[in-house]
Amino acid sequence: MRNAMPKLVLGRLSSSLVTLFLVSLVIFTITSLLPGDTAQQILGQFATPEQVAALRAELGLDQPPLVRYWQWLSGFATGDLGMSASNATSVAQLMNDRLPNSLLLAAITTAISVPIALTMGLVAAMRRGGKVDRALNVVTLSMVAVPEFLVATLAVLIFAVHLGWLPALSYVSTVDSLGDFVRIYAMPVLTLCCVLIAQMARMTRAALIDQLDSAYIEMARLKGVPPVRRVLRHALPNAVGPIANAVALSLSYLLGGVIIVETIFNYPGIASLMVDAVSNRDLALVQACAMLFCGAYLILVMVADLCAILSNPRLRNR
Amino acid sequence: MKHDKNDDRLVSPEQSLEVYRAMQRGLSRRDALKMLGAAGVLMAGAGSLPGVGRAFAADAAGQGTPKRGGRIRVAAHSSSAAETLDPAKGATAIDYVRAFTFYNGLTQFDEQLHPQPCLAETFETTDNGGHWVFTLRQGVTFHNGKSLTPEDVVYSIMRHKEPVVGSKVLSMVEQIESVRRVDQQRVEFNLVSPNIELPALLAVSHLVIVPDGTTDFSQGIGTGPFTCQEFAPGVRSVAVRNENYWREGRPYLDAIETVGISDESARVNALLSGDVQMINNLSGRNADRIGQMEGSQIKATNSGNYTDLIMRVDQQPGSRPEFVEAMKYLFDREQIKRVALRGYGEIANDQPIAPSSPYYFDGLPQREYDPERAASLLKKAGVAGARTSLVVSPAANYSEEMGQLLQQSASQAGLNLNLNRVPADGYWSNHWMKHPLGFGNINPRPTANILLSQFFASGAPWNESGWSNAQFDQLLVASRSEPDPSKRQQMYADMQTLIHDHSGIGIPVFLSDLEGFDSRIGGMDRTVPLGSFMGYMFAEHVWWNA
Repeated sequence: MRNAMPKLVLGRLSSSLVTLFLVSLVIFTITSLLPGDTAQQILGQFATPEQVAALRAELGLDQPPLVRYWQWLSGFATGDLGMSASNATSVAQLMNDRLPNSLLLAAITTAISVPIALTMGLVAAMRRGGKVDRALNVVTLSMVAVPEFLVATLAVLIFAVHLGWLPALSYVSTVDSLGDFVRIYAMPVLTLCCVLIAQMARMTRAALIDQLDSAYIEMARLKGVPPVRRVLRHALPNAVGPIANAVALSLSYLLGGVIIVETIFNYPGIASLMVDAVSNRDLALVQACAMLFCGAYLILVMVADLCAILSNPRLRNR
Repeated sequence: MKHDKNDDRLVSPEQSLEVYRAMQRGLSRRDALKMLGAAGVLMAGAGSLPGVGRAFAADAAGQGTPKRGGRIRVAAHSSSAAETLDPAKGATAIDYVRAFTFYNGLTQFDEQLHPQPCLAETFETTDNGGHWVFTLRQGVTFHNGKSLTPEDVVYSIMRHKEPVVGSKVLSMVEQIESVRRVDQQRVEFNLVSPNIELPALLAVSHLVIVPDGTTDFSQGIGTGPFTCQEFAPGVRSVAVRNENYWREGRPYLDAIETVGISDESARVNALLSGDVQMINNLSGRNADRIGQMEGSQIKATNSGNYTDLIMRVDQQPGSRPEFVEAMKYLFDREQIKRVALRGYGEIANDQPIAPSSPYYFDGLPQREYDPERAASLLKKAGVAGARTSLVVSPAANYSEEMGQLLQQSASQAGLNLNLNRVPADGYWSNHWMKHPLGFGNINPRPTANILLSQFFASGAPWNESGWSNAQFDQLLVASRSEPDPSKRQQMYADMQTLIHDHSGIGIPVFLSDLEGFDSRIGGMDRTVPLGSFMGYMFAEHVWWNA
């Protein structure tokens, strides 16, 4: 029943749309409940009531919340993300400036962390209980335990302030050569990798060990299948489902969850754009970012599920 | 009142002083024989041996003489997608710095906060401040090649009066009735009521001159020392030298890149690692750290920024004058300066005018910490042993620390203060001035009169404590049109005394602006006590020694 796949994808996509709609409703409500509005935030500490009223009218904030939500929703449905209230630029333009930076950082981090994490997980699972496994365990556990802001700050202190090897800030627009590129991305990527590798490696190890304990692996072993083949050919395909999900969850963090790294390295990414948007009560921008993060998350999880299904004949033909 | 074209006077004393200092340093380092030899050669004829002459000149120049060229990166403390090149909307240091980088005002402040000519060559009033005529400098062009005309001035000022522009200085320009073109070179300002200090008002970053009709400010088209090469809000801006700048020889730097780094330790690390060369808004702890490092320096400026205790005099318990007075006696100002500010501040005396202001009254007796006197005043007010809440927030700098110290000294005097901590987010619209006891934070204002008019005049929207005093209001209005400086001085002294004695505001200390910079930046000894970054005007005054 191979044609079950498109049906599944379609089903997932339509339920994603419902999820996105509900998320947008929740975000709108919460943002409206925050004290102060865009006009007050723009005008700041020394606003006069007349200015606030004029700006509210200008921005359409004097209309009832439901009308404003409807305006946003109808715009969004036709692909118009609206204008950012806090600096009179279109939301699409702002996202366009920042999104490539975030995607690049995410791509580099993924390209480095996923292979390392999977290898570490595999090796640890194969050498379960041995010295290598225990060593990897200690490493990954301590990586999980150390908060990323500490990793980032320590990295800056060591590599930028004391040794002077790397820049303390990441400027995406001043990349001239491959050397620059490596120097600029070294520390942010290192910090993110620390968090991600540990999570993914531990999940990979757990998923594999789960399979290695099962009866069919015991059977393979009794037949005389060599250990590497046993793990790669027999156990791994069955563990792809959980591993893909762990990877997807970790990667979804790379868009919206990297705010600490963006702050410490002054990296102009999309997460800090959303934080600004929330503190400026810039509803259109908040909504657009939330939709982006939510959409990316849903897609990643869907891809993970598809990987699991495709890698497993039993699921594929169900 | 008449000001002449005194551009040369504006730059030359400082420059000559710098040359003098450099000469001293250069000469003292030199071996006497060698110096005599070199001098002899120079005397014999510098033209014949240009190499020697140049070497000597370069060595003698050292650190102190402006140098052309170089690129620096400056990091301000706030970074947000709401950053703007529209001068009217400027909200934080980074916006003000950019305003003075790309634009010029009609006037500009000198180190004593006196307004000096800038785009206006001269300015004068004929009737003690009711009407002003500004004569524009000739041959000034905007970055897009357009010449500066009176229409640009009219537009730049009058747009602030439109509520939808969202100007931050609407309340200041309300006193300007109209701005009118007189002829090709002159504009006339008509004021609602006389103001002898109008030229000072026109020196603020919000009132810089933009081309007539501008609505899109993303290009930063002004007459300023730098042109805008790149501007991405919340990311960075790149300013490059304006080759056609009207002030001869300025700016010194080739380019200035401005970024915002909101995280303080990231900002400090960026300075220490050499990624940026100038940062602002430091805490005392980090200032100490930077001061200890080689290659970087600290600059502390008292520009009159203060965090004040607000006691609403229209609500209980602030409506009892003895209570207000008691609270002022409960500030252990020395302790607040030492503990909360780590010494980076100046003791204040419950009145808002800082010692750097030309109108500061130093004859006012300092109010000391006196818990016993406070206790008896509290008893007289009938609130001894009472419990009341005090609102503090990170939005009002250091208010949490001040609140804690106040809580301790209040408990000794028999008053229980409950600290009510509220978040910084939304503080100014939801909490500021809305509680019987709370804190505010006031940034420096360009003139003493603006400060007093905005925060102490009866019925002013930001009269924080709701204080009203007819005598004060009278003095305030009279001082605006008083042509005699010594009489004006006396009026300001009286107003400071009135605030000190009666208003519902307690000002324990002035907060210093702390900034750190790379020692290779020259010209940093210039101070304009209006804010960090040399009153936000550093761009055309600093150079790079590398």
